[in-house]
Amino acid sequence: MATELGPTPVKEPASGGAPIHHGPKGVGEDNAIASQGKWASWLLAPTIFALAIVIVYPIISAIVMSFQKDAGLDPATGLFTEGGPAGFSNYTNWLFQQCAAPGGGTVACPPGTLGSQFWSATGTTFYFTIVTVTLETILGFWMAIIMARTFRGRSLVRAAVLVPWAIPTAVTAQLWLFIFAFEGIGNKLFNTTILWTGSEIPARWAVIIADTWKTTPFMALLILAGLQMIPAEVYEAAKVDGASAWQRFRMITLPLVKPALMVAILFRTLDALRMFDLPYILTEGSNNTTTLSILVVNQIRQGFNSAAALSTITFIIIFIVAFIFVRFLGANVVEQQTGAGKGKK
Amino acid sequence: MKTPKFLLPVAAAGVLALSLSACGGGGGASAGADAEKGLDGRGPITYVQGKDNSNVVRPLIEKWNAAHPNEKVTFKEQTDQADQQHDDLVQNFQAKNANYDVVSVDVVWTAEFAAKGWLQPLKDKMALDTSAMLKPTVDSASYKGTLYAAPQNSDGGILYYRKDLVPTAPKTWDEMMGMCSIAKENNIGCFAGQYAKYEGLTVNASEAINSAGGAVLDAEGKPSLNTPEAKAGLETLTKAYADGSIPKEGITFQEEQGRQAFQDGKLLFHRNWPYVYNLATTEGSSKVKDVLGMTALVGADGPGASTLGGHSAGMSVYSKNKATALDFLKFLTSEETQKFYATQGSLAPVLGALYDDQELVAKLPYLPVLKTSIENAVPRPVTPFYPAVTKAIQENAYAAIKGEKTVDAALSDMQKSIESASAGQ
Amino acid sequence: MTAATELRAEQDRGRKAAQNREKWASVRTYVSAAVILFWCLAPAYWMVVTAFRDVGYTYDTSLLPTHVTLDNFRTAFDTSFGNKFGQALLNSVFIGVTVTLISLVLGVFAAYALARLNFRFKYLVLGFILGASMFPGVALITPLFQLFTNIGWIGTYQALIIPNISFVLPLTVYTMTSFFREMPWELEEAARVDGCTQGQAFRRVIMPLAAPAIFTTAILAFISSWNEFLIASQLSNDQTQPVTVAIANFAGAQPQQIPYTAIMAAGTIVTIPLVILVLVFQRKIVAGLTAGAVK
Repeated sequence: MATELGPTPVKEPASGGAPIHHGPKGVGEDNAIASQGKWASWLLAPTIFALAIVIVYPIISAIVMSFQKDAGLDPATGLFTEGGPAGFSNYTNWLFQQCAAPGGGTVACPPGTLGSQFWSATGTTFYFTIVTVTLETILGFWMAIIMARTFRGRSLVRAAVLVPWAIPTAVTAQLWLFIFAFEGIGNKLFNTTILWTGSEIPARWAVIIADTWKTTPFMALLILAGLQMIPAEVYEAAKVDGASAWQRFRMITLPLVKPALMVAILFRTLDALRMFDLPYILTEGSNNTTTLSILVVNQIRQGFNSAAALSTITFIIIFIVAFIFVRFLGANVVEQQTGAGKGKK
Repeated sequence: MKTPKFLLPVAAAGVLALSLSACGGGGGASAGADAEKGLDGRGPITYVQGKDNSNVVRPLIEKWNAAHPNEKVTFKEQTDQADQQHDDLVQNFQAKNANYDVVSVDVVWTAEFAAKGWLQPLKDKMALDTSAMLKPTVDSASYKGTLYAAPQNSDGGILYYRKDLVPTAPKTWDEMMGMCSIAKENNIGCFAGQYAKYEGLTVNASEAINSAGGAVLDAEGKPSLNTPEAKAGLETLTKAYADGSIPKEGITFQEEQGRQAFQDGKLLFHRNWPYVYNLATTEGSSKVKDVLGMTALVGADGPGASTLGGHSAGMSVYSKNKATALDFLKFLTSEETQKFYATQGSLAPVLGALYDDQELVAKLPYLPVLKTSIENAVPRPVTPFYPAVTKAIQENAYAAIKGEKTVDAALSDMQKSIESASAGQ
Repeated sequence: MTAATELRAEQDRGRKAAQNREKWASVRTYVSAAVILFWCLAPAYWMVVTAFRDVGYTYDTSLLPTHVTLDNFRTAFDTSFGNKFGQALLNSVFIGVTVTLISLVLGVFAAYALARLNFRFKYLVLGFILGASMFPGVALITPLFQLFTNIGWIGTYQALIIPNISFVLPLTVYTMTSFFREMPWELEEAARVDGCTQGQAFRRVIMPLAAPAIFTTAILAFISSWNEFLIASQLSNDQTQPVTVAIANFAGAQPQQIPYTAIMAAGTIVTIPLVILVLVFQRKIVAGLTAGAVK
């Protein structure tokens, strides 16, 4: 039985449509490619347009602003005046944690300024991302496997699994704030007196627990959809061949669910790197739970241009992470089975 | 080469971005011009305020609208969160929205908005009479000697205590700490305010520093934290937390958590806002209903310096109907309206005379205490860089109270952070 | 004993062992299901209990409902203080459905192009779509607010729908693309051989097979839009605000009082339609490939 998976490459369409090739491009096929390109343009145009307006425009706007200085105070009038061009100073100030010195020039940011928090916020963001994504993947996978089985009451389980995710984040955050209060039900149930929002380790775990509870359904749902695409006969055949449950999981489930799993992990990682709502409401970023997005929001109140620079830096960090993901960890969602794909068969 | 069609929308967006961002972003420079416009305009206006908890605003607006059918006021209600209110106002001012005519600003935002040129100076043609108002409220609505907003209502801190356990109300901080033995006997916490890392911490830390005779900013707006008074002030909090007079969970307290602890009988003394009175005496679960005592905050040798809370109503420079807006401001600060704020909304008035009004005192028994509180109040640092200053105070005070930093280091870092923030960049 | 009876005895043992394994597996499944139910529902249970609790006893920590009252629900829907929670619910549903439908359609188009067609710049397009998910949402608000103020869209439904679509599209496109890649396209070819046009073949053969992917993506899109707060808080007004903003507007009777019980009541109200929706559609999520289709 073939161990290669994915649809077998199609040879020739019966009529009408553009040919789909899986060999090196020939000369006379440029026209065919061109017409596919035209099709593709039409199909993709609305998506690209929507993204361009809502996302590209603000990004370009923010980048333009990040090269301006924030408004400075004119001591004579007491009014703010526009800062001039800043070059890269907004960026270097963040990266090297430099702040304005009273006499001009810059000085290392003293504790208590936002500039002194850049690297710790980066560390915190990565910590949250790695822990929550790992936990959510494992838990989500387990939930998906259970949900895929046939048993009485499974529709109840499926609906219940979505409840954490369906409650609006604002309500969830207040709920967990409530549960994690010193006198709240969390401490009462387990007979503990942990100051959940009062010191670093409990605060970080409070955020992790709340976020995991809320977002595991997202992973579970995507993985479940992936599991559904695996035909039952494949499992049957493996059972007949004498494969154990673990072997079936490793050899069949994992590889077959990999596309859906990778999409889920990729997007969840991108979201986790931009985490804002939960830590902001639970702890306001205190006790080392300040993420990069929280830092951005705090900076927006103090000067938007510098915040724009920080957002761009965050964007670049996330881009690098996504790049590593796609390149090296095989989240190659669009492995080409045509044209310049990996040679097969 | 055929340009891929999909690049066109991207290019269009890029051009749009560059052009729009070039148009946006005014600065203080043009504010002078805007302040001259629309001074005689009359017409409908919009009043923007945060959540109207006690249903005070709508009846007031109805009253105004009945009397001024051609200059109707529309009420735009924001959320209940101060941060969101602030950000919403900033967004709209930056966009020069002419629809925000009269806005309710928290006292700590006045300097910032005035310095950015968004508030109409209330002088000359737009002058407002403030002689009947409590001086601290007028000071908090002014910037560099000019009035920029009309004080609307005020707020000050109150020291709540357990009448059944405390023989007489303490007059100084040392006296209060001396009574902590009573708390120990009854197995409850001695004192708590608000010490979570948020705006409430700035309030409590400033109060501690001011009550000891120190100041966060001096008269010129420069930080003055390296003084023995400031050190003594902050030390009152750090020492109390270290020896358990402030219970450990106090570090997670915002207003609600502290109120809950006090209502459950777990605190002997509690610093909070006047709203606690209404809830602690009526809520079913409150264990302190009949034993609630109130007094002014305590300081080094007498009444402490409470922080000034409250709101002022400012006029946007971008409004087109400023004459109407000015009349509306006068309406909001009239005696009748102020009385209504007090009776209907339990909001402290800004007119000094009303604090002696018998009818009001009957309804709000804490008014005399509150008057003392406000008269001795010191505003939180008045600076256009308030967001940065409050962040500096919060970060360092939090670390100091938890014992992660010495008081000297905390104050020194606070000083440096504020200097850096006010360096204009 | 004869070889036959020995064989039968062995088969019997084998069958019993298999049945035992199945029973164990079944027990494990039920236990796991119970654990999942508890993990997912316990905090939600606390939300519901608090929602029914009298506001004067907000911080009561008894596990069972005490001081039960419907007041919080009444407060949530009370319109006398300008709360427009009922209106907000309708807004959320309207926005959610519109966003879901449009992003599904756009997503299917884009996924078809990306999974099936071959063209230059394909990786660039994919990277562009993914890149849209990389910028911190919090920083997009100010420029978007200025843009929408300039074109007068603040307080309109499109100001909420279009940004939501853009936030949801990358996920929609990527999910659908990865599923379309796995589709048995030779079925489509077979249908065309049988005389369908490409469009008909797509509609009649491929779409039913893609049902789990489509319904999953629909739920993802709907709930993402349902949950969205940041953009909605800036770009909506009283008439158009969704539930997330409306809940944030809840206030206690006193300033600085946080109305936990009312917020929990609102949360409960908001969750119920979603649960019903999922219960109704959950079969579609797990419709599997019919056996024999691939053969």
